[in-house]
Amino acid sequence: MFERDRIASLSDGTDHPHPEGSRSPKNRYHPAAVPVLLSASSVSKSFDGVRALREVSFDLNAGEVHALVGENGAGKSTLIKIMTGAEHADAGALTVSGQVVPRMTPAMARSLGIVAIYQQPSLFAHLSVAENIALSLETGGVWQRVDWTGRRRRALALLEEAGAAIDPDRLAGTLSMPEQQMVEIAKAIGAHAKIVIMDEPTASLMDAEIERLFSVIGLLRAQGGGIVYISHRLEEVFAVSDRITVLRDGEAVATQPTADLDRSALMQTMVGRPLKDVFPKRSIALGECALELRQLSNRALGLHDVSLSVRGGEVLGVAGLVGSGRTELAETIFGLEPADAGEILLRGVPLHIESPLQAIQHGIGYVPEDRRRHGVVLEMAVASNASLASLGAVSSYGLIDRNAERRSAESYVERLRIRTPSVSTEVGALSGGNQQKVALARWLSIGPQVLILDEPTQGVDVGAKAEIHALIQDLAERGLAIIMISSELPEILGMSDRVVVMHAGTVSGVLSRSEATQHRILSLALSAASPDAAPGPSSSVSREGHGVD
Amino acid sequence: MASTDRATSHAREWSVASAIAALTLVLAVAAPGYFSWENLSDLLLANLPVLLVAIGMTLVIITGEIDISVGSMFAVCAVASGILAKTGVPIWIAGAAACLLGTAFGSLNGALVAYLGIPSIVVTLATMTALRDGLRWATEGAWVQDLPSSFQWLGLTQGQYPLVATIAAGLITAAFALGLRHLAAGRAVYATGSNPLAARLAGLDPSAIRTSVFAILGALTGLAAVLNAARFNQIPTNGGIGLEMKVIASVVVGGASVTGGTGSVLGTVLGVVLLAAIGPALTFLGVSAYWERAIQGAVILVAIAADGIRRPSFRRLAGVETGARA
Repeated sequence: MFERDRIASLSDGTDHPHPEGSRSPKNRYHPAAVPVLLSASSVSKSFDGVRALREVSFDLNAGEVHALVGENGAGKSTLIKIMTGAEHADAGALTVSGQVVPRMTPAMARSLGIVAIYQQPSLFAHLSVAENIALSLETGGVWQRVDWTGRRRRALALLEEAGAAIDPDRLAGTLSMPEQQMVEIAKAIGAHAKIVIMDEPTASLMDAEIERLFSVIGLLRAQGGGIVYISHRLEEVFAVSDRITVLRDGEAVATQPTADLDRSALMQTMVGRPLKDVFPKRSIALGECALELRQLSNRALGLHDVSLSVRGGEVLGVAGLVGSGRTELAETIFGLEPADAGEILLRGVPLHIESPLQAIQHGIGYVPEDRRRHGVVLEMAVASNASLASLGAVSSYGLIDRNAERRSAESYVERLRIRTPSVSTEVGALSGGNQQKVALARWLSIGPQVLILDEPTQGVDVGAKAEIHALIQDLAERGLAIIMISSELPEILGMSDRVVVMHAGTVSGVLSRSEATQHRILSLALSAASPDAAPGPSSSVSREGHGVD
Repeated sequence: MASTDRATSHAREWSVASAIAALTLVLAVAAPGYFSWENLSDLLLANLPVLLVAIGMTLVIITGEIDISVGSMFAVCAVASGILAKTGVPIWIAGAAACLLGTAFGSLNGALVAYLGIPSIVVTLATMTALRDGLRWATEGAWVQDLPSSFQWLGLTQGQYPLVATIAAGLITAAFALGLRHLAAGRAVYATGSNPLAARLAGLDPSAIRTSVFAILGALTGLAAVLNAARFNQIPTNGGIGLEMKVIASVVVGGASVTGGTGSVLGTVLGVVLLAAIGPALTFLGVSAYWERAIQGAVILVAIAADGIRRPSFRRLAGVETGARA
């Protein structure tokens, strides 16, 4: 069985030195015997009406590593933010060491011994390592005298405990990512953290450093601390955790002892929603090959040897984890960061795309991922946003004809069912789904041949989502070739004619509509190594690909 | 002219216009002498150069940048045109040369900002100092004197000059007002200031746009320098000191936000009028002239504070961005 093989290869191929030796034998989970360090019960949180967490309950015992897994956008980061006080839950209770905390703040979290280590270390680049460590540990007023030698000594001791040979006098900005991560860990040790939350801590680490990290985890748990461990790398999760909680669509769908789970069952739980019938796929006759990429590479963006093609009328889904190179692929095609090797062919004709303007002139449109930051100009009216890429079409003799612009915008408002008081309304005043439709209108007005959509329904409510899906199909029906990047597997499966899966900056597999399953996509996304390929060199490449988004 | 770009359309223009109307009313009652022909035409002629520079500055501020070198640029362009005029070239060539020189300085500022990514306040602080001291070094502080008669009043009669200068400044103002609203290039200026990334993704070239607005500001500064120089029979080497502050203040009072993306030529015109009218008004009202700057400062503070209160979209944006999702 194909999937089974692939999953088996995950454990055999990319295995890390098993950290079993570096810590005491895995504690079996004994709920009654150990004190609960932290518990969140029935926590809910919404952003702008979009549910990020729904009645999630989670608890962490002393001496335990509790892994939190789930797809992108499942709610892991939101849950962490609530635990550390960066966000406040709309409903639910947080209890730390048996004490109910009605309103957590970052300062309170620190005094309660909660420390978070993120994928992206947050050090002060212009201060030395010793100062960075001191800043997080020293208390007292701003007028106290700085004990430089003491700071240095303590930094050295903590770094040693973390197993890192870093000169405490170096500026944090000169450290490599893994070194910065080790400084963060030293900070956590120094804070005598009782609860350490690690969000993708190994994304930038190499094998040896991961091993060290695991021994630090062993140390922390031996001191009675608890660790919340978040990782996309299931092999690590299995190696290090005692219990696993799976988040899916903002809900905690399972909490089980790690020993009772296997990889396959875990992945099933992560993706396991039944495909709802919200994406009625129409059958559309496919046209000519619209866009073809041959061995496209972009060293600056960590993209290499991407080959794919998309035909007119086709929806090509692009799946992959955050950092796998999906957005980078879109940016390369669109000329934001031109490719340094390989070919882009539009209807069989090789193109050189050096800038977004050239891409637009060739009929390529791009609706970017973060629409508030890149997609729309919030302070401009709906009409001016819609016409921004096609001002020529609403101008005569070089002058913008405001009536023509208004009429054009009104026709899009009607066609795309954009809910706005008028086309003169600032886009910033509209809801997320409607902003996205305005971004779409801009690209429709250039009469595109190829449309790249990056997370087209992220942060959009269910109703608008269905409308956007219907729109995508309308566009495909009119012969557009559509490349749809999405982290939502049901969206990918429901909308795509074919699915390209990316991993570590390249395509790790292409699945036809009939072949594509959530399980297969996830397997391809988690590892580029095919069952018969040698795993050696690819594992270090895959390390570097993370943390880009 | 109804703006289609902002829900709060023309709110600022209306409040500045009301302030001007209130000032006019007070003066009409308390100091009718303010409205004498001599006073008004003096006021107009003295502020036409400020208006021209302010229009260029409006473009720069809409793109989210700033240029504090205009005062120095103004002095250099004036001196250059005077020296050229003394060699006997026709006045229009001396004038064109001043504009070109301004364009060159502006382009340099713009290119440093747009292509090297140096903050505009730093770039123009450097060029401000370099131009000012360069001029002092080159002229050794000597004013340009014995200007040919063809230079004074631009070769026109003293009666014709105000009319021609006013019409020229009016045409330029109208052209920029229309251009910002109705040219694709004008739209590009707003888009660049509001969201450079989105502008780039829409196929615009924010770097070229930034360079261009600085170049335009330079050209207008050169023109303003010549218009101003023609009113006197000698050209000081320390001209234009404090011009940048007057100009930036007028633009900001006129409703342009220093964070970019908003502003209008009409607002700037009103801002220039308000700030220009206040100073002499104090003298007419018997208030000590020492208060002039303080009151100008107060007007600017009120305008900026109004910005913070008036802009819900900014607060909404800030609130949402801290609420990042999982």
